[in-house]
Amino acid sequence: MRNTPEILIVEDDEQIRRFLRATLAAERYRFHEALTAAEAIAQTAARQPDLIVLDLGLPDADGLEVIRQVRQTSQTPIIVLSARGREKDKIEALDLGADDFVSKPFAVGELLARIRAALRRAATISTDQEGSIFQVGNIKVDLAKRVVTVANEEVHLTPIEYRLLQTLIRHVGKVITQRQLLVEVWGPQHSEQAQYLRVYMAQLRRKLEADAARPRHLLTEPGVGYRLVELD
Amino acid sequence: MMEQDRPNPDELLERATQHAQKEQRGHLKIFFGASPGVGKTFAMLEAAQIQKRAGIDVVVGLVETHRRAETEALLDGLPALARRPVAHRGVTVQEFDLDAALTRRPELLLVDELAHTNAPGSRHRQRWQDVLELIDAGINVYTTVNVQHLDSLNDVVAQVTGVTVRETIPDSVLDQADEISLIDLPVEELRQRLEAGKVYLPDQAQRAMTGFFRPGNLIALREMALRRTADRVDAQMRSYRREHSIHATWPVTERLIVCIGPSPFSAKLIRAAKRMAERLQAEWIVAFVETSQFSTMPPEVRSRVLSSLRLAEQLGAETVTLSGDRIADSLLRYARTRNVSKIIIGKHAGSRWSRLVRNSLLDDLIADSGDIEVCAISGEPGAPLATAQPIAPAAPVPWLAYTQAALAVGASILASLAFRDSLNPTNLLMFYLLAVVVVAMRSSQSVALFATIFSVAAFDFFCVPPYFTLAVDDWQYLVTFGVIVTVGAIISGLTGRTRNQAAYAVDREARTQALYRLTKEMAGETRAFDAARRATAISSEIFDAKVVVFLEDEPGKISFRRRTTDFLPVPQTEEGTAQWVFDHGQKAGRGMDTLPGATALYLPLKGAESVVGVMAVILPTITGTPEQQHLLDNFASQTALAIERARATATAREAQLQVATEQVRSGLLSAVSHDLRTPLASITGAATTLLSQRENLSAETQNELLESIAQEAERLSRLVNNLLEMTRLESGAVSVNRDWHPLEEIVGAALRRVATQLGDRRVVIDLPAHLPPVSVDDVLIEQLFLNLFENAAKYTPPGSLIQLRARPDRAGLLIELSDSGPGFAPGDEKLVWEKFYRGTSTGTRGAGLGLAICRSIVVAHGGTVEAANQPTGGALIRIWLPLGGNPPKVPPGA
Repeated sequence: MRNTPEILIVEDDEQIRRFLRATLAAERYRFHEALTAAEAIAQTAARQPDLIVLDLGLPDADGLEVIRQVRQTSQTPIIVLSARGREKDKIEALDLGADDFVSKPFAVGELLARIRAALRRAATISTDQEGSIFQVGNIKVDLAKRVVTVANEEVHLTPIEYRLLQTLIRHVGKVITQRQLLVEVWGPQHSEQAQYLRVYMAQLRRKLEADAARPRHLLTEPGVGYRLVELD
Repeated sequence: MMEQDRPNPDELLERATQHAQKEQRGHLKIFFGASPGVGKTFAMLEAAQIQKRAGIDVVVGLVETHRRAETEALLDGLPALARRPVAHRGVTVQEFDLDAALTRRPELLLVDELAHTNAPGSRHRQRWQDVLELIDAGINVYTTVNVQHLDSLNDVVAQVTGVTVRETIPDSVLDQADEISLIDLPVEELRQRLEAGKVYLPDQAQRAMTGFFRPGNLIALREMALRRTADRVDAQMRSYRREHSIHATWPVTERLIVCIGPSPFSAKLIRAAKRMAERLQAEWIVAFVETSQFSTMPPEVRSRVLSSLRLAEQLGAETVTLSGDRIADSLLRYARTRNVSKIIIGKHAGSRWSRLVRNSLLDDLIADSGDIEVCAISGEPGAPLATAQPIAPAAPVPWLAYTQAALAVGASILASLAFRDSLNPTNLLMFYLLAVVVVAMRSSQSVALFATIFSVAAFDFFCVPPYFTLAVDDWQYLVTFGVIVTVGAIISGLTGRTRNQAAYAVDREARTQALYRLTKEMAGETRAFDAARRATAISSEIFDAKVVVFLEDEPGKISFRRRTTDFLPVPQTEEGTAQWVFDHGQKAGRGMDTLPGATALYLPLKGAESVVGVMAVILPTITGTPEQQHLLDNFASQTALAIERARATATAREAQLQVATEQVRSGLLSAVSHDLRTPLASITGAATTLLSQRENLSAETQNELLESIAQEAERLSRLVNNLLEMTRLESGAVSVNRDWHPLEEIVGAALRRVATQLGDRRVVIDLPAHLPPVSVDDVLIEQLFLNLFENAAKYTPPGSLIQLRARPDRAGLLIELSDSGPGFAPGDEKLVWEKFYRGTSTGTRGAGLGLAICRSIVVAHGGTVEAANQPTGGALIRIWLPLGGNPPKVPPGA
């Protein structure tokens, strides 16, 4: 067991590496740097980092290729750095197994929050707390009894709504693409029925959120997917 | 003085162009002789052999050796082009193959007998036209011609020798020659050669010796040839002196005007004038005055005028058609505008009597000419002149008119018989006079004449004693008869002329109308092809002809594919004819000297700058009337101008568009440079301050600087995002990825992203619970709300209220965003949607792209935007998005 998480930064731009270094050091993370895709793959295999921050635009290969390679052997959380407006890249990265993304330019605080969430999630999965009680804000889900309460009042969910919520909880803090949600909730044959997802997500929000137009936990990433966040 | 020795710049320019043209053109050398048999062909071949020995690529295009052995010997070693067999009336004629020559492109080509007339079916009517095309194509040519074939000498030759030579060449061809070699042979030697059978076979020779080759003829021809060559040398001399600025005093260039009429004598007049102009070194103009009677003359007479004018042009004259009923007036008016010094007319060979009645043109001219000299050239003695008598067009005998005339006179007879006892004969005469006047006013001259004679006879018969005989007792009645005849003649003449003028006016009016219509209708056409199509429609209607206009398919290439009609009225094989017309800018085809075998007449559409296309016309008759020809020429040039104008407009529009694009680009540049530099300046300033003076700064100041760096970077980031978004939207790279989305989901996502910018502004979202999903691109619509909220945050003070409402509307989904800020400045409501427009209300900072992006997104979704101020103050933005049908049903429990 290592006491401080070790992070691999895969980024070819010197200036960005520079402030990432400063930030991560200040947060007392250990870190290594890789400037190319090949280096990233080699270092992942050699060092087994706890988390990878990956820029998609690398000089020698596409960052997506790094995800593909890493996922063959490891479930290390990957946070993708990508330019805004390239939703296709994000979805592809997420579908390939990336855990989250941050759009460039980004504030350091946002990146650190994502890193923390990803590390926590990894720890949760590894200790496997299935069956316990999940709580975000005033929403409480008893995963064993399948009981959902909002501000201590029980809310009735349809089986599909519950399955949807359950899936989101399983990936809490992480962006899940529409496709991933559809496959996990409805099954692989419904992977293109995004409409189902939106209808049920809207219903879920109305039941769980105070203001459906201003959700605090069930967030939408337009063009990409959904994310359940614990708190800001 | 130096000044005077300097050549006139205009002249220099002209010489330069001539030189430039000569550079590309082939060199033309003419072996010029006084008569057949002087040895032109022989001399030409000798010269060719010398060239051949000098290594020049000499090819025989066509040489007539007349089987003279010594000539044939000279053909030795010279490659010859195969002749082109042309079947003509059952006989196969061997013609010169122009296309073969153009393809072979020798350095020097020999083409004998320049004045030869080609067999029908050839491209050009005469060989000199073939030669000119060769020269134009840059091929050097040696050719031969005799003096009697020269156009301007044609009639002189006819007078001297009594033989009219039909094959003539325009003098301009001789003038264009770079070199003329006179092949001179003393008359006696020539006759000896003839006798020796060196020119013709013996029996032919004998006939020739007493006919054309009489010593008298030969001497005259030799003199003409020598003189013509001397003229030419003289002209060269002058040209040389001019080029080398050797000034001599010669008078200011004179200008002659030659007035021609429909008479066949005109050709002679033109040739005489040409000689005179040459001698005087004068410019010359050939004018024809079109009177109202002209249109009533037979077509052959009218075409004669046209061919006279064409002859004049060939001889190098400028031609002009004037109009007016008084020839002298029109002519003098024009002559004065052109500073003409001399007017040349033909001497009217009419009788003394006719000259007394009609004031002759000569008298009129002399009376009013002032300081312009008038020169009359006599017509051919005894040559019949075409009288300019109007004829009824295709007139059958107007029996009805005669019957009416007879009835009118009959009525006079009855009236005069009824009153014969009460009135004296002088008054009875008035009945007849009345009948004559009535008939003369209504009918043609011949009917009027008939009525007059009938009346005189009837009056004599019935009213003049002794009655019922034609005998006359009192000779005074002869005066009476005379008066009736005169009155009848005058009235019918007057009415006839009036009628003619009216008919002529109608005709001219129709032509003017047609042209006006063409010009007017084409004025509205902004595209070249539409203009061509319009011209096609109008001209086929007006000429009752099949018309088609061909335009360039690729630069310089006429194609039958690019035509204005659906079907092709001419055979595809004539594409070459059209191309020829386009290349040379000359008419060709049916009724022309060039390519007369074509189905249609091809007119070049010559604009002010270049030939823009070719018009093919199939008139109902082969040549059409001269008026039609004239009008067609006008049509062609009007069409060309319209096409040229349309093209110019298109070019101008493109240029304008480019300017507009340029303006947008420079607007972008200035906005970008300002908006990018300002935050960059803050960041750079703050960062460098921190770097260099950190120790001197308080922790508080350091924090402030760091905050400003972060804020400015944020601002820069937004700006770059907007710019990129705008570029993406404008470049069309963005496709609307529609799907069914709940509006609240998109609004929620956008709100989260602008939360920091909204600060403490209160945002009220008012979406009906039952609002159906909308078919939109979620990423784009999120951007739309993002920009709307950002914009509201930018233009409202902190703590303001921002409201978002949405409801279904007739036009689709209506989205309204209102705020409690200051609202739009008057006049800004429309402008805020424009790129790089920043509201004038407050001094905010931004690139002016936010709302422009909004509009682009909405428009991409097929919606509309509107900006206004609320009655209570504050801005109101309305957006309509089409609902896009019904959302798909989601199965319950799915």
